[in-house]
Amino acid sequence: MFESAYPEIVMDNGRMTVKLRGEIDHHTARPMREEIDRAVRRIRPVSVTLDLAEVTFMDSSGLGLILGRLDLAEQMGIPLSLRHVGERVARILRMGGLCKAHRIQIESEGKEASGQ
Amino acid sequence: MKEALLNEYRLTLPARSENESVARAAVCTMAALLDPTVGELADIRCAVSEAVTNAIVHGYRQQKNGTVYITVKLYTGSVLQVEVADRGCGIADVEEAMQPLFTTDAGGERSGMGFCVMQAFMDSVKVTSAPGKGTSVLMRKRLRGEDERRKA
Repeated sequence: MFESAYPEIVMDNGRMTVKLRGEIDHHTARPMREEIDRAVRRIRPVSVTLDLAEVTFMDSSGLGLILGRLDLAEQMGIPLSLRHVGERVARILRMGGLCKAHRIQIESEGKEASGQ
Repeated sequence: MKEALLNEYRLTLPARSENESVARAAVCTMAALLDPTVGELADIRCAVSEAVTNAIVHGYRQQKNGTVYITVKLYTGSVLQVEVADRGCGIADVEEAMQPLFTTDAGGERSGMGFCVMQAFMDSVKVTSAPGKGTSVLMRKRLRGEDERRKA
């Protein structure tokens, strides 16, 4: 259960994909945040994509995790996008005003892609 | 018609972050007796997660060995009531704390959207708090799972 909190980070031609897995809550968000920030600061990718396909649960701590990574990426001038955003996660993102503000690009927002 | 109590459960958990997942799983197991839809169960899971996390992160932020008290009641008419209480620091201004994006956890994991999520996913959310004594979050939801399925 605890090892699944660590995201898988894949690099392809300077583009970083972060595969988040399992349940994102206040308990698991911290190791995820530390792992992602460490990798982004060290590698300085040309872009970052957070892939949520394998996320089975997310509460507002997940929103905090995503908003915080968005802040970091913006500070570093790196575009950040989300992939495989399920219906339930999208609902929480909308509450945070993420989509409304167009601060973030959501790729393939589809039911078929979600693990929700 | 007055609702009659069908089942009542009490759960106490040490206020430690790894128990957030335990709390929401336990409450969902209890709520499942009311035959909710998958979506309703997901709503409950998320709302409980928010309330329990608030108790741990905010209620007990200055003290160790706190306890989170959860009471789940199932009523006739498919009504679920969940109370999440702590005996922590309390909230001085409940109205302010419930504002979107309000958080005292600067730089932490929280987004300030916990109460908004609870309100969006449950029918009602009532917060009672006294500084120095603790906070109680009382949430209710009428599950329509059965009706929905009958319509289908």
